[in-house]
Amino acid sequence: MKRRGGLLTGPYIVWMALFTIVPMLLVVWFAFTGEDGRLTLDNFARLLDYGAVFWRSLGLAAIATVACFVIGYPLAYVLSRETEAVRKSAMLLIMLPMWINMLLRTYAWMSILENNGLLNQLLSFLRLPTLHIINTPAAVALGMVYNYLPFMVLPVLTVMLKIDSSVIEAAQDLGGNQATVFKRVILPLSLPGVLSGITMVFVPSVSTFIISKLLGGGKTLLLGDLIEMQFLGNTYNPYLGSAIALLMMVIVLISMALMNRFGEGEEEVVVL
Amino acid sequence: MKKPIIILTALCLLLAGCADGAMRRLADAGYDFGYTVENNTGSTVVNVYNWGEYMDEDLNKAFESVTGIKVNYDTFQTNEMLYSTLKSGGSSYDVVIPSDYMIGRLIEEDMLLPLDFGNIPNFENVDPKFKNPEYDPQNLFSAPYMWGTVGIIYDTTRVASPIESWGALFDERYGGEILMFDNSRDAIGIALKLLGYSYNTINEAELREAYDLLAEQKPLVQAYVMDQIFDKMENGEAILAPYYAGDAIMMMESNEDLAFVIPSEGSNIFTDAFVIPKGAANKAAAEMYIDFMCSYNAGSANVAAVGYSTPLLDVYAGLDASVKNDGVSYPQDFTLLEAYANMPRETRDLYDRLWTDLLR
Repeated sequence: MKRRGGLLTGPYIVWMALFTIVPMLLVVWFAFTGEDGRLTLDNFARLLDYGAVFWRSLGLAAIATVACFVIGYPLAYVLSRETEAVRKSAMLLIMLPMWINMLLRTYAWMSILENNGLLNQLLSFLRLPTLHIINTPAAVALGMVYNYLPFMVLPVLTVMLKIDSSVIEAAQDLGGNQATVFKRVILPLSLPGVLSGITMVFVPSVSTFIISKLLGGGKTLLLGDLIEMQFLGNTYNPYLGSAIALLMMVIVLISMALMNRFGEGEEEVVVL
Repeated sequence: MKKPIIILTALCLLLAGCADGAMRRLADAGYDFGYTVENNTGSTVVNVYNWGEYMDEDLNKAFESVTGIKVNYDTFQTNEMLYSTLKSGGSSYDVVIPSDYMIGRLIEEDMLLPLDFGNIPNFENVDPKFKNPEYDPQNLFSAPYMWGTVGIIYDTTRVASPIESWGALFDERYGGEILMFDNSRDAIGIALKLLGYSYNTINEAELREAYDLLAEQKPLVQAYVMDQIFDKMENGEAILAPYYAGDAIMMMESNEDLAFVIPSEGSNIFTDAFVIPKGAANKAAAEMYIDFMCSYNAGSANVAAVGYSTPLLDVYAGLDASVKNDGVSYPQDFTLLEAYANMPRETRDLYDRLWTDLLR
């Protein structure tokens, strides 16, 4: 690290230490202690009871991440080839919902998707069959995609814009058709953006809890719900709650390490 | 419960000096503040922790201008949240308003200070029914604030016959149109009551039977909800749901088709009461605040704003006959109403485990 920066980075380092490092250490400490204050692994033994919740959270987060990629990547590709003006307005539209509180946005989806909600009112007005999506895991995945899609589009778009147009032209000069240019040049060069997009969608998706509560009808417990329950449930058990949180952090770290490995040789993946 | 408060708050933002008005009203009504003023040093603060949307918050301003004591007002969503705030330390509340069973737990864990009722003369005004409750048998630690019952709110236009039993929530005819409590104590409680058991059973077999019933019910449940119930019932999204009487009244006001019933098997009666946690910085000011809230004028304002039932005799006496007799806020028969008691640690653990099993 360069010495010159020391003073300028001071506030951030203090901030990090107080609000990131210390709480993380507390989580680790709580995860390995029991109610009597002694060191124990009991909390981790109890995690085995909650396997189904883990798999469901990971599964839903994976579905949401794939959906964000399928929607977000082509969008970023198209936008990267548009004029500056179009791109700027499109970016504004992508960012706009993020100016509204996430809770409010999710409540809005609740009234859109409900059985007598706006969507079904529209469908029945058009004499089309109505949809029953509210209170299902599909609605939870939809909520995740809606909330986290910008986190996929923006890093991919940023990386795509950085691709030197002379590289693409060179590929075209060498006889590559559009598909070849995309497959051999644009896709590999945009990979770092995709990887950070995946991380930025997957991590908040796997830990969300309010989306599952509002859109999933509270019927599908996710990891976030499980942690909340340890702190605000009948039994105040911050020890078990910390153990679940710690395991979740480990899962996230492992998935990020895999991502980094996957993208080796490319630009370093943006880590959250 | 929400809308009147918003309107009241908006009104008061418009009418500057509203707090003074409230004070004048209180003084005009002959409320004696003489004994409070002597304690006023001008820098005293009382930190209050109450349920969200559960008080006419203008009263805090009135209390401030009457006594010169500053009120810091925070809110919580569940008893368990309140507990974890108090337990984890770092906060210093002078007055908190938990429910019955949680007060029992706080007493058991030695987390409360005994009240000096000499500083709370308005306690005299509390209905004897609500004195010496099970959660505080000698009435050393608490003064009741509001009470209410749990029942079923339903859409009268979409049920085959008037609802009378908790069994309706388990009726296949209403499959997909049933909302259920999203908290284990209330949800498991309903199943226990339908099976004819006590809310406070610690018998594991009985609790497992209740769990089986809820597991059978799960495919019929549209969603497990708390506050979302307001939108869903008011918009006809579901046919029936269990909820608290005070909130049911608010929903019935915005949708005429809704009705509320306390099922024949019996139901839960809950009381929320003022207590002073250990570590309170200013106990005398806290007691003054409690006394103020137990006065006729403050009590009346709160009943008007919140919609729950009052334990204060003179406030009750001043209510419209229609409210007293509608059978929702003030049921005539208390024999089938049972309060939640604090449960031993193992039972609380079991509740959490069963609840996780149900939803996973």
